Amino acid sequence: MSQKPHLVVIGNGMAGCRAVEEVLARDANKFRVTIFGAEPRVNYNRIMLSPVLAGEKTFDDIVINDAAWYADNGIELVSGDPVVSIDRAGRTVTAKSGLSVGYDKLLIATGSDPFIIPVPGKDLPGVVTFRDLDDVDKMLDAAKGGGAAVVIGGGLLGLEAAHGLSLQGMKVTVIHLMPTLMERQLDEAAGWLLKTELERRGQTILTEADTAEIFGNNKVEGVRLKDETEIPASIVVMAVGIRPATALAREAGLEVNRGIVVDDHMITSDPDVLSVGECVEHGGMVYGLVAPLWEMCRSLADGLVGAENPYGGSVTSTKLKVSGIDVFSAGDFAGGEGCEDIVMRDATRGVYKRVIVKADKVIGAVLYGDTADGSWYFDLLKKGEDISDIRDALIFGQAFASGGGASANPTDAVAALSADAEICGCNGVSKGKVVACIEGGAHDLDAVRSTCKASASCGQCTGLVESLLALTLGDEFSGQRQNKPMCKCTSFTHEEVREHIRDMELKSIPQVMQEMSWSTPDGCSSCRPALNYYLLCQWPAEHKEDPQSRFVNERMHANIQKDGTYSVVPRMWGGVTTPNELRAIADAADKYGARMVKVTGGQRLDLFGIRKQDLPAIWADLNAAGMVSGHAYGKALRTVKTCVGSEWCRFGTQDSTGLGIKLEKMTWGSWMPHKFKIAVSGCPRNCAEATIKDFGVICVDSGYELHIGGNGGIHLRGTDLLCKVTSEAEAMEYCAAFIQLYREEARYLDRTAPWVERVGLDYVKSRVVEDGEGRKELARRFYHAQEFLQKDPWAERAAGAEAHIHQHIAEIRPFAVMGTK
Amino acid sequence: MDSAKWLDIGPVDQLPSLGARTLPVQGGKEIAIFHTANGEVYALINECPHKQGPLSEGIVHDTTVTCPLHSWRISLIDGHALGDDEGCVPVIPVKIDNGRIFIGRAEALQGQG
Repeated sequence: MSQKPHLVVIGNGMAGCRAVEEVLARDANKFRVTIFGAEPRVNYNRIMLSPVLAGEKTFDDIVINDAAWYADNGIELVSGDPVVSIDRAGRTVTAKSGLSVGYDKLLIATGSDPFIIPVPGKDLPGVVTFRDLDDVDKMLDAAKGGGAAVVIGGGLLGLEAAHGLSLQGMKVTVIHLMPTLMERQLDEAAGWLLKTELERRGQTILTEADTAEIFGNNKVEGVRLKDETEIPASIVVMAVGIRPATALAREAGLEVNRGIVVDDHMITSDPDVLSVGECVEHGGMVYGLVAPLWEMCRSLADGLVGAENPYGGSVTSTKLKVSGIDVFSAGDFAGGEGCEDIVMRDATRGVYKRVIVKADKVIGAVLYGDTADGSWYFDLLKKGEDISDIRDALIFGQAFASGGGASANPTDAVAALSADAEICGCNGVSKGKVVACIEGGAHDLDAVRSTCKASASCGQCTGLVESLLALTLGDEFSGQRQNKPMCKCTSFTHEEVREHIRDMELKSIPQVMQEMSWSTPDGCSSCRPALNYYLLCQWPAEHKEDPQSRFVNERMHANIQKDGTYSVVPRMWGGVTTPNELRAIADAADKYGARMVKVTGGQRLDLFGIRKQDLPAIWADLNAAGMVSGHAYGKALRTVKTCVGSEWCRFGTQDSTGLGIKLEKMTWGSWMPHKFKIAVSGCPRNCAEATIKDFGVICVDSGYELHIGGNGGIHLRGTDLLCKVTSEAEAMEYCAAFIQLYREEARYLDRTAPWVERVGLDYVKSRVVEDGEGRKELARRFYHAQEFLQKDPWAERAAGAEAHIHQHIAEIRPFAVMGTK
Repeated sequence: MDSAKWLDIGPVDQLPSLGARTLPVQGGKEIAIFHTANGEVYALINECPHKQGPLSEGIVHDTTVTCPLHSWRISLIDGHALGDDEGCVPVIPVKIDNGRIFIGRAEALQGQG
């Protein structure tokens, strides 16, 4: 027996073997080495399991060290026999077979274990993880029968499993708990692009999907989600994450937090026990990537042969191909104070780039579709280089930004372009054409867009066009646009955004942001609600609400008050109520402690001081008495105020109350650019104050005068007379058409008054009065939208929808923590 | 987990993306727990420095929340008001471990009677 000290390695994976390689490279004769491996095979490259699953590589292709390597280096490999205990006092390890081996130095390289979500059915045959070759073999077996597969987890591992299984001919559904794929590596925009592309390739991707159970008789038959959706599958891959495999170390009494705690030379709390790889925690960090592992192994080996080389932690980047799509991320891409995002989107090429800069240094980058500059950004990040000189050109990549002093300034770079150079890829406009257009009189961006069409599509070249304007016009270029962009996140106006949504059939907020080159990753509190409205208005049947893009009142379906409580207003059709409704309102006010009950200006009752936890219950009570949401909180139809009209009033000319109720039944539930009020007065005395409403009706002996664009707010504005009609049916059709025109053409947060002033009364008349066919079309589109919007949001909440919105996540009481509710 | 320092307040999947949940502290100030698009979690005292609006009900974008009462923008990272507004709301340390949210015990209980 050799006198050399015995180095025993637990773990025959990438970290354990690499550490041994590093030690051998420094001093091949220092240790006698024994490696224990749980898998019955030699050391292979775990990262390459995906190509094996995809059928692009075989196991032999991914072996790192074959049997000859162990033999040549005198390493004893105990494979297929996992170590089950460590005796630090006796300095021995014992394997499952009973084999016990003494050590002088012990290296724990147990890596990590897949995380199994604790749902019913997780142990059924056919539920696999994606960690070793056995898992891959099981998946390949299942794929032979074709059929359907479910992958739980939309991270890198899950998506690779999904890709492999679909290449093997299976119909794959990915279930991901978070709203966007690979949220740890990609920001929302890139995650959305990835999802769209994978869907285009035939995978089904369900985000915000929570697994309730895996079901089947003696084997997997499918997955049931918490929303009751059932997805049939003959195999379920659990790829929700990994956690450090620390059980052995913990049982041996080593210091373990999230991982096994090691110092800068990978030594644990026991000086003779080292640890390396995914199972360790260094400086509070646990790594799940390969690059840090190589650095750890170098420090470990240097330490073992007595050389100083402390491991200082790793800055990691991820450069991956997911299903053949290039993605890259590095550093911190959460953004935050002092951080500036430089975003470039090229919808035509499917490229998204985002570089995060803080104090003139790159601190993070996310690249999708074109990752060529990933290593350059990563280099800038690691070195902490000052990028202020190349900042303006940074996003265009290394070739452009480092191409010499002159080209780092965008105006100079544009000046240096030839006249043939393409400025606008979407519309094929060259620099020469843009310059000619500017010289021909187009002296601002809007004029350039309308004449030569440059920057009129995706907007990506807006900066270039502005540089050309500055270059061509010199001091004459004011830089100001006639129509202001929607918000600081985009260079497009409200109208341009709506046109794009319609013409390019954009259906979701991230899609609009990508196609229209938004300069921020997830918009702001100004553009998100506007986009949500524009999408729901354009695509009433398909629109999926984004509650987080709603202002609080529309998210809570109640009005927030200064003390954080809410006020609740049930609808009272035309301002008419009944003793039963009043009793129910009085009971609700008592039961939920309303501190004030107030008659509103819109002829209904407002209950103040309701706590958000009580909202679903009070709504249920009001629903039970036949009342629905009054939308007193919404950019929506509010009230239809009426007077009593011909039924009671000695001056009344028509049934104003009845018409008001009909109008309210027709228009309630409709979302609009801003709040919208209607009133119907039974005679010109106008008791219902119809001439300061968005749409007002004044009944006269011969029919109905229709008024529009009134406002009783900050700027008092009397209505304009739109026209006079003779029947109730006409009054209602004109009302529907006017509302729809306002819904389709006003900017978000425009009341009708400023909108009518901007577009002109004549324009509204030309669309609603003079064009009979057009009016019918507008009204038809309104009725169509109402089919989807006339659902009482209170009833949905009272039945349990979005319950989390109304509940605390937990509660803290002194010296005790209550569980989640 | 050092339970003297950290309080487990529940699984991270109970936070809506780009949204927030509330955490009342008996005898103390309510805390708002925020979730950004990137999956980061932050916690602030649930009171805007301006007029004590419930920040938990604001719109979350990037690492900012816009107060629902008067649209002040507050940094989720350090609690400072952004732009031209001045003020600061206390930040509670948060960490995520094994899919659960932990907040700093001492900071959460601060100000409790």
